[in-house]
Amino acid sequence: MARHVVATTKEIPLGGRKLVEVAGRPVVVFNLDGEFFALLDRCPHKGGSLCAGTQTGLVESSGPGEYHYSRRGEIIRCPWHAWEFDIRTGKSRCDPRRMKVRTFPASVAPGAELLQAPPAATTFAVTVEGEYVLIEA
Amino acid sequence: MSARAGVDTVGHGGVQRSEIRGPIDCDVHPTITSTRVLAPYLSDFWRDSLVERGIDSLDSISYPSDAPITARPDWRNHTDEVEQLCTQVLDRWDSQGAILNCLYGVQLVFNEDMAVAFARAVNDWIAREWLDRDSRLRASIVVPLQNVEHAVDEIERCASDRRFVQILVLASGEMPLGRRNFWPVYAAAQRHGLPIGIHAGSAYRHPVTSIGWPSYYVEDYASQSQAFQSQVASLICEGVFAKFSELKVVLLESGVTWLPGFLWRLSKFWRGLRPEVPWVDRSPLEIVRDHVRLTIQPLDAPDDPDTVRRIIDHMRSDDMLLYASDYPHWQFDGDRNMPPGIPTDLVRKIQVDNPLATYQRLNEDAP
Repeated sequence: MARHVVATTKEIPLGGRKLVEVAGRPVVVFNLDGEFFALLDRCPHKGGSLCAGTQTGLVESSGPGEYHYSRRGEIIRCPWHAWEFDIRTGKSRCDPRRMKVRTFPASVAPGAELLQAPPAATTFAVTVEGEYVLIEA
Repeated sequence: MSARAGVDTVGHGGVQRSEIRGPIDCDVHPTITSTRVLAPYLSDFWRDSLVERGIDSLDSISYPSDAPITARPDWRNHTDEVEQLCTQVLDRWDSQGAILNCLYGVQLVFNEDMAVAFARAVNDWIAREWLDRDSRLRASIVVPLQNVEHAVDEIERCASDRRFVQILVLASGEMPLGRRNFWPVYAAAQRHGLPIGIHAGSAYRHPVTSIGWPSYYVEDYASQSQAFQSQVASLICEGVFAKFSELKVVLLESGVTWLPGFLWRLSKFWRGLRPEVPWVDRSPLEIVRDHVRLTIQPLDAPDDPDTVRRIIDHMRSDDMLLYASDYPHWQFDGDRNMPPGIPTDLVRKIQVDNPLATYQRLNEDAP
């Protein structure tokens, strides 16, 4: 596993997302309340681009007519067949044990640290003042 | 009727039969030839109304009397239908029991009060003139779904007679069966351990196909499976099985082979449309396996055993099929009461184990 710098934190604001390429693979990075999550940008069903999907919340129910809506923005729906995936875990809602999208560990590091221990790849100049999103892949 | 206990039953004519552990026939139909048959079970007002209003028949066009499907040729002429059923069906295939599903047109009546009067009469007629005559017989409660309160009252009235083992409704009624309007019926069903039996047929409130009225009877009969599909979808999506976790639904004379394909479609689209029905918290395929059963006549499959085996395999469950002759409907000839190709190890499950697991009251000894 190598670390890849994929974005500055400013590029992916709260609730935002960015499509990047990591080791030749498309990866979508989400910012949920300041925490970053990276998913392979390929729906495990038919390969739709999750980055093009709708971010929504989780609706659960304790019985008919009961709608418990929580975790707004933490579910991504594939634009092709609307399957839901948990951005935090990659697990599908319809079949969480067997159907999941690949996740990559994502983290934030200051430029000063990255300049001391350079990551595997970066497509832009890292400066000592900046903060960066890293993905392990 | 317990399979373990082996019960003594009295065949027609008082012949003692013992240790019968044969199949349980989950769909047989008693015929009401005229409203006059029901007269003794109606109040004075409704009995006189039969005459004064000329109400001779409540026959439905679901099974026109001369249509081939309505009765096998060798089951058409009889002087005593109870005797015919007991000898030609129960004795013939060593059945340890049979469930009477009366399809008289009670549910077609628009007048709610008349509907409940006829439903009561039908249920009392079944109890007195069928159940009392042969201890192998059981029956479904005919309910006037035109009025849900009346339907629940009729369930409560009949449920104490443990020979009533199911609640009978039609595949096509006023509106989809999942709607919450009907839930008091399901609450009563669960309370009394009675499955809901949905039988082919229509109250003719709507065209019998979803695209409008067909011209021919063959279209009406063949399209019944569409109605069953819509009812299965309605019961699941409206959350009936989420609300009534013990409820069983039996599809009677529904055909069987449409189910895997339809469930594939419903389950596939549920994956994307799940947020619309969040109480459907697992695949419809799994819900159906737990809650829905089907009788095997008609199976709607070719005679080729390999094809039948593959279809059964697609159901991914050994628990869902229930033996039925569909007497007197003409689904097969002679003694071919089991469709060819049913795997040998499934025969006993279909004939005995699955019916006993579905109808908890069948596990009780005859009263």
